[in-house]
Amino acid sequence: MSKAYLRKNFHEARWDEPMIYELSTPGTRGILIPEVEEELIAEVGDVAASLPQNIRRNAPLLLPEVDQKHVLAHYIHLTQETMGSNISNDLSEGTCTMKYNPRLSEAMALNNNFAELHPEQDVETVQGILEIYYKFEHIMKEVSGMDKFSFQPGGGNQAVYCAASIMRAYHESRNDLKRDTIITTIFSHPCDAAAPSTAGYNVITLYPNEKGVPDIDALKKAVEETGDHLAGIFMTNPEDIGIYNPNVDKFAEIVHSVGGLCYYDQANANAFLGVVRAKEAGFDMCHFNVHKTFGTPHGGEGPANGALGCREFLTKFLPKPTVEFDGEKYYLDFDRPESFGKVREYIGTAGVILRAYSWTMMHGAEGLKECAAVSVINNNYLEKLLLSIKGCGEAFLGNGITRQEQCRYSWEELYNDTGVGTDNINKRINDYGIPWYWASHHPWVIPQPMTLEPCETYSKCDLEEYYETLKQVANEAYTNPEIVLSAPHNSASHDLANPEDLNDPTKWAITWRAFLKKHGDKYTKVK
Amino acid sequence: MSNKSNIVYPYIPNSVPQIKKAMLDELGMESVEDIYKEIPERLRFKGEMNIPEPIHSEARLQRHVEKILSKNKNCKEYISFLGGGTWNHYVPAVCDTIGSRDEILTSYVGEAFSDHGKFQILFESESMLADLTGFDACNTPTYDWANAIALVSRMASRTTGRKEILVSEVTGPQRKLVNENYCKPDISIVEIKFDFDNMCIDLDDLRSKISEKTACVYFENPSYLGFIETQGEEIVKIAHEKGALVAVGVDPTSLGVLEAPGDYGADYAVGELQPLGIHMSYGGGLGGFIACRDEEKFVAEYPSLLFGVLPTVKEGEYGFGQVAFERTSYGSREKGKDFIGTCAALHGMIAAVYLALMGPQGMIDLGKGIMQRVAYTKKELTKIDGIKIYNGLNFKEFVVNFDDFGKSVKEINKILLRKNIFGGIDLTDNFPTLGNCSLYAITEMTAKEDIDALLKALREMRQHLNL
Repeated sequence: MSKAYLRKNFHEARWDEPMIYELSTPGTRGILIPEVEEELIAEVGDVAASLPQNIRRNAPLLLPEVDQKHVLAHYIHLTQETMGSNISNDLSEGTCTMKYNPRLSEAMALNNNFAELHPEQDVETVQGILEIYYKFEHIMKEVSGMDKFSFQPGGGNQAVYCAASIMRAYHESRNDLKRDTIITTIFSHPCDAAAPSTAGYNVITLYPNEKGVPDIDALKKAVEETGDHLAGIFMTNPEDIGIYNPNVDKFAEIVHSVGGLCYYDQANANAFLGVVRAKEAGFDMCHFNVHKTFGTPHGGEGPANGALGCREFLTKFLPKPTVEFDGEKYYLDFDRPESFGKVREYIGTAGVILRAYSWTMMHGAEGLKECAAVSVINNNYLEKLLLSIKGCGEAFLGNGITRQEQCRYSWEELYNDTGVGTDNINKRINDYGIPWYWASHHPWVIPQPMTLEPCETYSKCDLEEYYETLKQVANEAYTNPEIVLSAPHNSASHDLANPEDLNDPTKWAITWRAFLKKHGDKYTKVK
Repeated sequence: MSNKSNIVYPYIPNSVPQIKKAMLDELGMESVEDIYKEIPERLRFKGEMNIPEPIHSEARLQRHVEKILSKNKNCKEYISFLGGGTWNHYVPAVCDTIGSRDEILTSYVGEAFSDHGKFQILFESESMLADLTGFDACNTPTYDWANAIALVSRMASRTTGRKEILVSEVTGPQRKLVNENYCKPDISIVEIKFDFDNMCIDLDDLRSKISEKTACVYFENPSYLGFIETQGEEIVKIAHEKGALVAVGVDPTSLGVLEAPGDYGADYAVGELQPLGIHMSYGGGLGGFIACRDEEKFVAEYPSLLFGVLPTVKEGEYGFGQVAFERTSYGSREKGKDFIGTCAALHGMIAAVYLALMGPQGMIDLGKGIMQRVAYTKKELTKIDGIKIYNGLNFKEFVVNFDDFGKSVKEINKILLRKNIFGGIDLTDNFPTLGNCSLYAITEMTAKEDIDALLKALREMRQHLNL
């Protein structure tokens, strides 16, 4: 029996909030700074005032002047105009694994024994956090089959970049300097192309076969053409369309056969915890988006963590330092002469590791497998419901392959029938309290795409609510398309009047002062 | 089937066995294996993950984690003089309140109409950082300051079409390593000497190295060693004469009292967000920013997301969007500028709250007070036998030389630790030519009694050596 219902009377908070600058009243203070002791001032005087004129701040500092209550209210209003996953039915953001982020983790991250640690403290005084790093690394090794991990990368993209740096260091260590090209697949995350490109590699992108599976013949051809210029492959599995690549180990074999390395982007690992691992697939390195798979908040795009694992023969190239244990004490090992260096200061986003350790310890091996199982059941349940909606299809529909953790749907039929496309639907569902969904990375290979990932966080009722909402909007598209085409109506704000101005240097405004310079007070709330 | 013990997990609503069965029935499936059948048997993991037994209840889990954390010593119970890239500043309670709000904490990549608030907060953050640094453009956060330097090196190289970056030798050592890695494919880095007599950039060395090949000159102000660079305008002039750009690394807490880089002619400012209301969190509190001139040739080279404001279809309403999105790797994969991904947006949002609370007077008071405490500490330290302080203007950090003290920095810090004091960063490995030196940091959190405790501990140490 379903309890799902359509939120017909939803309205997102809309405060019509001015800019913080428009709340400014000269002379007002939001917070006071600790006073300097009088006897100390008596000793040294006003040091800043005695600085030479050319280095003292001369230009006025144009920050707003707002009392504390109004700063608090302003930012609470703005938070209320944001649809975080903890407060909404956010199976919307496919590829992002929007799990519930426990409040307990947040409480622990504000503990003084974590929040008030300086990263250069004597290791004797940070044994606790190093222990958590070390223990979480052990868990990650078990989950992946890899031999060692670094938590230095600040997100999945930086982990891919870090892996490209390792790949470069590995080939250089063998004096194998011709290898200037990598292969990726079009349904892998854009960073699997862009991050190795930043590291100096040429990129070959493979397209799938007619069933939506990465094309092994295309790989063979690319490898043959690239030969000893191939540094490696960077690929996601399953790719962002939710189809598991059954030949993934053969991909690895082919790349290895010409001396390339294999990198497994495990951004979509949630549905496979304890089911399949990078090791058995034959890969040399992999990363997990810790903020996705291990239940930590995404922070509106970070701080995140890209846990980077590798096999033994690559461990010497990992960024430094690593966290080690000598049997009695945990310590940081900087003495790693073959390390490629660093991608970030210190040892990464420690708060993500702390929260992920806590989340994982609550679940244990059996709980991780339960996350995986419920995720794929949820996805298949939702898929069955959504494909019953007139106008809704999916990528490679009818290829006979059961989808895993997510699906890339397509509104092509609806668009052809009604002129209402995925961007319109996306805005209209917001009128029913559903957050904006992930269409697809660019380029859209699948027409009018919609990518949904109903991970274990989402209840049967959530799935049915999602279905009811999309069914309603699709029905509106056929019966009253104007209401969809003019959406959103009930969200925190409306569409831009002239979105093309975002690409016009004479009109775009990335800061308030630029806005005032380019547009004067024409659009300001407070004149 | 997993979950043999039929545990109902509070974070997994459909772990209730009857619900799962109902869903499988609806799908005409016996078990989850009917889905995993797509994975060939040879690829399946046959073993069991050897990970610790779970702690299912929140109460026991909290006890377990807090027990581990209790092995740490923190900067609230100890007096800390550590800086170098993360600093012990006050985190206003309002910053914690906003940063903990589920609406933004658990948001991700929603569009401007549904996540309007997030867009506005980040826009305000960009705006206030631009005000601080004297520019009209600023990005949403990079991973950290080091990442901002690395990206600016690559941006400047593309803007100028040149392949060489000059970097001050007194740049944060970890930041240098990150920059070197990002430049490695096609940009060479040449170090500019630091004049250790006058504690500023060696202009003769800069003149001898700069050329028509130079894309950008990067220096930090204050430098990693805490010295205020007094020749900013001169450096800009030298660079611009050769057609090179200038990027200045700043500590944003200094900009209430120190001149903004944009106002002495620099082309970019980069820096660290952590001091702006973000907990240190063992180095996890980082976030970087890049401010620059609002000219297409600069803005077009950002890899980052840029949130812009424009009017909406409804009169009087602000709306937001992504400026020049196609330049990013989200828009154009490997054809985009470098790569972009999840970085540190929450820290950018908290920095906005912090700067709004501080206002201009807060930033001025913060900078003034820090400089007074630093001057006092330097003055008092020089009175201790065996301690030397370098001349030069300092903001919140300064170098203490213990060459004649009779103990290594390492030994001194161990003894200080026993008195609940975290001494400064040991510089002996990264700056060996300075000798037996340590980098001390002072913030508004450092009270006179804390400074006096340090002085007392050092005096006692010295007296003990004299005995």
